[in-house]
Amino acid sequence: MTEFIHHIPALIIVIPLLWGFATPLIGRLSKKGMYAWVVTALAITEALTIAQIYLVLTQGTQVYVMGGATYNTTIPPDSGGIPVRIILTVDAFSAFMAFTAATVTLAGGIYSITSEEGTSGESMYYTLLLLMLSGMLGMVMTGDLFNFFVFLEINSLASAGLIAYRVGKGISVEAAFKYAIISSVGALIYLFGVGILYGEYDALNLAMVASRMQFTGLDKVVMALFTVALAMKAGSVPLHYWVPDAYGKAPGAISAILVTASQASLYALFRVCFSLFGLGSNTLTTGWFLISLGLLSMFVGVTMALIQTDIKRLMAYHAISQTGYMLLGVGVGLATLGTAAFSQYGLQAMEGGIFHIINHAMYKGLLFLTAGAVIYRLGTSDLNKMGGLAHNMKYTTVFFMIGALSIAGIPPFNGFASKLMIYESTYLFNPILSIIAIVVSVLTLASFVKVFHSAFMGPKLYDVKEVPKAMLVGMAILTSLIILFGLFPNIAIQYLVGPAAKALANQAAYISSVMGGA
Amino acid sequence: MVGALNTYVTPSGFWNPILWLIAFLISLLLAYIIWSRGEKSYKKETEQVKPFFAGNVIESKERAHVRAHNIYWGFVEALRPYYMALKRIHTGDVNDYVAWFIGVTSFMLIIYFLWGVKP
Repeated sequence: MTEFIHHIPALIIVIPLLWGFATPLIGRLSKKGMYAWVVTALAITEALTIAQIYLVLTQGTQVYVMGGATYNTTIPPDSGGIPVRIILTVDAFSAFMAFTAATVTLAGGIYSITSEEGTSGESMYYTLLLLMLSGMLGMVMTGDLFNFFVFLEINSLASAGLIAYRVGKGISVEAAFKYAIISSVGALIYLFGVGILYGEYDALNLAMVASRMQFTGLDKVVMALFTVALAMKAGSVPLHYWVPDAYGKAPGAISAILVTASQASLYALFRVCFSLFGLGSNTLTTGWFLISLGLLSMFVGVTMALIQTDIKRLMAYHAISQTGYMLLGVGVGLATLGTAAFSQYGLQAMEGGIFHIINHAMYKGLLFLTAGAVIYRLGTSDLNKMGGLAHNMKYTTVFFMIGALSIAGIPPFNGFASKLMIYESTYLFNPILSIIAIVVSVLTLASFVKVFHSAFMGPKLYDVKEVPKAMLVGMAILTSLIILFGLFPNIAIQYLVGPAAKALANQAAYISSVMGGA
Repeated sequence: MVGALNTYVTPSGFWNPILWLIAFLISLLLAYIIWSRGEKSYKKETEQVKPFFAGNVIESKERAHVRAHNIYWGFVEALRPYYMALKRIHTGDVNDYVAWFIGVTSFMLIIYFLWGVKP
């Protein structure tokens, strides 16, 4: 049992990967068997991510050496002091992100059982879904810069395939094409940066490179390449243009999972800022870079959302806007890192930003699932053609209301808790930032009032039924977590968010977890 | 900071969702009491339930439903120059997406070269 526990980080990535490749074979034998197979994989992965959180909280950062003589010998005696193998480095922030990704994918996978039933290539859909999950988990758990690129590519390719899944008279395919182009450009630019670092420091391990970082002119180039490429993959303004296309045209469950895929890139952006460059860089500059992106994302995202009449595009713009809150919170933390202000309010700003990651994954995931439910029944995503759905789709309406109230930061839902943390801490940093964040929240509420009125209120226009149970179960999973984190934010803060923020801020601990006393 | 009884202590105060929920339920109860003592002449299935649209005759309930593109029309009109500028840059052309990426990367290269590392 003890031996098994040590392999949890590897199993979390390997299970969806192998399960995914076997899915088409299972699908040929039995469709129901394939559903059970996929849900089992997702449930096991979810359970392992929870176990991993427990391990990290009780035993500290977990390292796992792929193909090593032992699972934790990061620096073999004959390697010249360099961690040569692929090393998974799972601190509290990584474990937090892995749990977030696995939870939304579990809900999305269950939801897909009926939402995608009868579509052609269903087994391929689940294969890509599992590969997408594996890619996300690898991105947030790897401690290797090149290996991150590999998982980024796995995730991007699977995501592009899933965005194009519905074809949609070519429109979905066009959206997938744009996503593929943007992902490839971002990934190649990132890879170029990795190449520069490898040439300079003879290492690909993040902790190793961080420990050798000299902040040369080339390193400044890498800073620009990494931060901008990852900000684009995270969907922040002014690099967000692909987001409404991709989220808007993907199937509902995939749009929900794409939110966590973007968050995996956001994780990497935060990771390179804190753990790779850290205090050696000018954290005021990198912090304000994140804050600026955050402000632009919040305001441009929400104002663009207000004028949308396509339910999925509207929600996609809100996803951009909400990413702004995370960038703002963590950006304030980064800008104050190493100063007295960090302990006064910087750490809380980071906690707010990180708490918003999981909250956003849950409520935006839920909102995309409700949008998918509406489209499933009406066959259109045009809000102008909707109305009166609350008469017949009562559960979907309640789920939508909970998601909408949460994203707008209305108490007692989870969105309020994280936004409160961001408002208060950023106010102490700069009051204008806090005021903008509150105004954006008001506009978010206004936007979702529009959706609620257009789609669910008014006279009964369509004689439709509620969506099937599997779709309701998918939505219910995310709803229950929204309520749980809303009513008991201290659980999330104490066991997930607080340790994650502290782990992210502590570059020395991250480096020593891999390098040890070397 | 996490305090006792599900209370999250913030720099300027605290947040306790359970207390908030209790206060909210009490407010709902008060609202219900006030409402129950009000006008009782409302009757379902009568003229009272017909939509009123500035005195104009409404042909059907379906036509009275305000559609999405009409909501916040005034807000959007008031911000027309801002929205014109925003729409202009949202071209939908992937070449422009990449151009923005190149532009931002170039800008950040200058910023990081000037102020990227602590002096």
